[in-house]
Amino acid sequence: MLYALIVFLPAVAALIAGFFGRWIGDRGAQMVTCGAVTIAAVLSILTFFEIGFGGAPQHVELLRWMQSGSFEMSWALQIDTLTCVMLVVVTVVSALVHWYSVGYMDHDHHKSRFMAYLSLFTFAMLMLVTADNFVQLFFGWEGVGLASYLLIGFWYDRPSANAAAIKAFVVNRVGDFGFALGIMGVFLVFNSVDFATVFAATAIKAGQTFSFLGMQLDIVTTLTMLLFLGAMGKSAQLFLHTWLPDAMEGPTPVSALIHAATMVTAGVFMVVRLSPMFEYAPTTLMVVTIVGAATAFFAASVGLVQNDIKRVIAYSTCSQLGYMFFAAGVSAYSAAMFHLFTHAFFKALLFLGAGSVIHGMSGEQDMRRMGGLYTLLPLTYALMWIGSLSLAGIIPLSGYWSKDLVLEAAFAAGSGVGYFAYWTGVTVALMTAFYSGRLLFMTFHGPARVDKAVMSHAHEAPKVMNVPNLILALGAIVAGFWAYDFMVGEGRAAFWGNAIFVMPSHDPIEHAHHLPWPIVWLPMLAAVLGLVLSWFLYVRRPDLPARWATVNAPLYKFLLNKWYFDELYDLIFVGPAKWLGRTLWKGGDGKIIDGFGPDGFAAMTIQLARRAVAAQSGYVYHYAFAMLIGVAALVTFFLVMG
Amino acid sequence: MATWPILSFLILVPLIGAVLVLAVRGSDSVVARNARWVALWVTLCNFVLSLVLWLNFDPSTADFQFREKRAWLSNVITYQVGVDGISMLFIVLTAFLMPICILASWDSIKERVKEYMIAFLVMESTMIGVFCALDLVVFYLFFEAGLIPMFLIIGVWGGANRIYATFKFFLYTLLGSVLMLLAIMAMYFHTGTTDIIQLLDRGTFPAAMQYWLWLAFFASFAVKIPMWPLHTWLPDAHVEAPTAGSVILAGVLLKMGAYGFLRFSIPMFPHATEFFTPFVFGLSVVAVIYTSLVALMQEDMKKLVAYSSVAHMGFVTIGLFTMTTQGIEGGLVQMLSHGLVSGALFLCVGVIYDRIHSREIARYGGLVNRMPKYALALMVFTLANVGLPGTSGFVGEFLVLVGAFQVNTWVAMFATTGVILSACYALWLYRRVVFGVIEKADLQRIADVNRRELVILVPLIATVIFFGVHPQPWLDVMHVSVDHLIKQHHAALDTGRALAALPR
Repeated sequence: MLYALIVFLPAVAALIAGFFGRWIGDRGAQMVTCGAVTIAAVLSILTFFEIGFGGAPQHVELLRWMQSGSFEMSWALQIDTLTCVMLVVVTVVSALVHWYSVGYMDHDHHKSRFMAYLSLFTFAMLMLVTADNFVQLFFGWEGVGLASYLLIGFWYDRPSANAAAIKAFVVNRVGDFGFALGIMGVFLVFNSVDFATVFAATAIKAGQTFSFLGMQLDIVTTLTMLLFLGAMGKSAQLFLHTWLPDAMEGPTPVSALIHAATMVTAGVFMVVRLSPMFEYAPTTLMVVTIVGAATAFFAASVGLVQNDIKRVIAYSTCSQLGYMFFAAGVSAYSAAMFHLFTHAFFKALLFLGAGSVIHGMSGEQDMRRMGGLYTLLPLTYALMWIGSLSLAGIIPLSGYWSKDLVLEAAFAAGSGVGYFAYWTGVTVALMTAFYSGRLLFMTFHGPARVDKAVMSHAHEAPKVMNVPNLILALGAIVAGFWAYDFMVGEGRAAFWGNAIFVMPSHDPIEHAHHLPWPIVWLPMLAAVLGLVLSWFLYVRRPDLPARWATVNAPLYKFLLNKWYFDELYDLIFVGPAKWLGRTLWKGGDGKIIDGFGPDGFAAMTIQLARRAVAAQSGYVYHYAFAMLIGVAALVTFFLVMG
Repeated sequence: MATWPILSFLILVPLIGAVLVLAVRGSDSVVARNARWVALWVTLCNFVLSLVLWLNFDPSTADFQFREKRAWLSNVITYQVGVDGISMLFIVLTAFLMPICILASWDSIKERVKEYMIAFLVMESTMIGVFCALDLVVFYLFFEAGLIPMFLIIGVWGGANRIYATFKFFLYTLLGSVLMLLAIMAMYFHTGTTDIIQLLDRGTFPAAMQYWLWLAFFASFAVKIPMWPLHTWLPDAHVEAPTAGSVILAGVLLKMGAYGFLRFSIPMFPHATEFFTPFVFGLSVVAVIYTSLVALMQEDMKKLVAYSSVAHMGFVTIGLFTMTTQGIEGGLVQMLSHGLVSGALFLCVGVIYDRIHSREIARYGGLVNRMPKYALALMVFTLANVGLPGTSGFVGEFLVLVGAFQVNTWVAMFATTGVILSACYALWLYRRVVFGVIEKADLQRIADVNRRELVILVPLIATVIFFGVHPQPWLDVMHVSVDHLIKQHHAALDTGRALAALPR
């Protein structure tokens, strides 16, 4: 009952705010949604302590969804430790973002619609994390995709927002294509889509093959690969990442909640949830590691040169998701979850801080037109420092604990891909610190490059926006230190219980705690180096970056244009699809089918039988009459025959 | 089980309504008003009657229920009706859509209202007849007779290019029905009966004969569904038909083809079915991808929805021929869901067509600014069309794919690409029509949905979501009949193989 409340309170609030927004007013809609999600957050925290520390996993069955032969599933809530961690992350960040939005959307005309969408998202995300079967996971998966689509396109009068919304939905659908095929495959192999049944039978199927697309493939590897395609789409991993930067068209609280803290981490959650399957698919794990590390590097490289404050943070999110994936890829699932947990706090903080900057600057997002803001926005300035240092992984902030462990685990895995991930990860740590420093220095330091008019209006955010930020800052500072022991330290076995499965033969977390000190401190060193470098380039010698950009123009353009992925996809997918659509329509349907079919038939009739043209009257009722005659003839036939 | 002839009532009530409408006298406006109200009440009564049918339906048996049998033409052809788990829900769907169609035509049809209502009522009776006929000749009569009012609706109340559309529609269906008629006669000469129950029970026709019969029926049903490449009549017919005509065309008439496969081709010609399954899969997969791509580039809203219908019916035919429980039940659910969703989409196009008198996508844009309620309704149906989980569209599509995956992973994979493509064309349409800023002068004054339109759209939204979250009421009806069908099919194939294995 308690658990159902957590999940369904936001849904009810969304319905009330959405349908009765006009009656209860903007204030009413805000109260209802903020209240509901806050209650859900409190209940989630209680659940976290109850189940996480000693309680048994709970299972609540709500309603039969569908049953067709042996394909059956219910709407159900499965609450184990993994769910609890996600519940806390989702509801707490969501509640804070709800409150923040009250201030941020103050000037908007569609407050109740916005709040309804936020709560709808929260509901879908909660359904996702509480799923006990693949299909409900898919429901939540597409549900958050819908909420993301609605919120990215929230300002529907902007063409760019509409385009970004569709892009997000469609690219996610490409991932879901794999996810859906994976679910079908799971049912074919296991005759069930319930997690418990499938997980219990995975060990038996390990090493067996089945026929897929005419090839004999390893069952578990194939299925996990297909499912991982879904994770790649949702978590914006390399090749399916193009939607995430564009998603910044949405209001900033949306970016904080959906495109940083919660929805985009669903892919990581999925891999961890399915750890009992992934563990039996070493090839897939290798792919996960490589994709994660490659994404971390790619996104960080693009983040180095972006000028839009939100896009820098978006690429940073993409990059950090890469960290989580390669942690999962080396079987350090708890490290992945730990980084997911701390990342939610400091990344939401960074986005909301950026939101405060944008709010204070009357909508300006380009860092080239900022500068010198620290005197005007001192609190936001301090908060952004906390978030950035945590992101860069500076001791003793949250990000340090989780990022270090992720890298250590990659090294400790002792495999080729593990080392690859470690060294890439260290490089990325340097880049991360660099672009974080760049963001801070460009925004808050140096001479003001802002309009006088904007500058005179610049103001610190109201309390309703600052308080959530302060709470997130607290999380960005202490969450890592606080959770280290029970999530990835001594207490981890007791904490996670059966929610995560790792083969006893390779437990990288255990090894990670016994690494030589250079390996352990290298990431931290890289981070400090990155910060110093950014200070040098953007405070000490601000003329250097521009000169570097002209000297290395091709590389600079390559990075600035995000490795030309959008252009490439337009060229090989969007363009041909449109061309094919038009050709099939005009050529296939028009010329060939109709030309040789009815139109050709008509032309032939007219040519060959001009005399019979009188019968081709063109009047419908003549045709209808001809049919009646046919029917009458049939009746007569049977009457005579019978 | 009801002891009174409920199925005959369902067929007769609309006909009685038609006679009542015919009897209406008075000035034009009085006639029009009375005709509308009579038609509405009659169709509502029939809907209630169909719900009574559903409530009294016994889902635990695969036998035909509510059977009636009366001697009719000679002692061979009998008027025989009955329903099983496969056909019953289509009667409910038909009866549900009918009052909605009448309401949708309330203001938009201004001329010859009386004749229009009669055409619709007659059509309802024939469509219900198709789904409960248990005699081949009775089936054929209903199947063909239903086309006449449809021709008239398109040809008389249709758009500017209606004669061309009717001609195409006629030519295609004529081809199909002639062949089906020949097949029916051949079946009669071979078995001496046209009783569907006997034909189903008696076992099968010789293999060589099955192929020809299967092809003859296929010609008729494939046109009706329509399957690629016999689909080009559909976009034209939809574009020219009045809104309610499109709703019935997409909602019910297209389903008659797929229903025919399930009632005749699959159970009566199992060997041919097995033989032609790859052929059907091939055409269906092409339909899904080809028509989705074509839909992407459409400039006319109705054409876009029509092409998307062809793609969605491609899923249905895949599902039916997988011969798996999930595939067939998914196909049936997809048919019901598509009946609701595509009907609703045509209604939504009709709502703005009534106001602006254009179906051109580029003519619109920014409607959400003036029509928030409309935007919400269209959003729900768009999402159901792309098969978002939680809507009825998902249940059907996903079950079909689960079924297909068990039989042929290639088919499943290619069909699943339809999931991506449908998102492309549907969301792009929505964006171009609803989002953005209003630039056209007449859109500045466009009014949101009125009460009558709400009464039409809200029940559709409710059913689409209800059966998306809890499709069991549908599935429970189907289980036993579908299982029976599959068992029979495999048994027939096994005996066929055993015979073939005998030494000669």
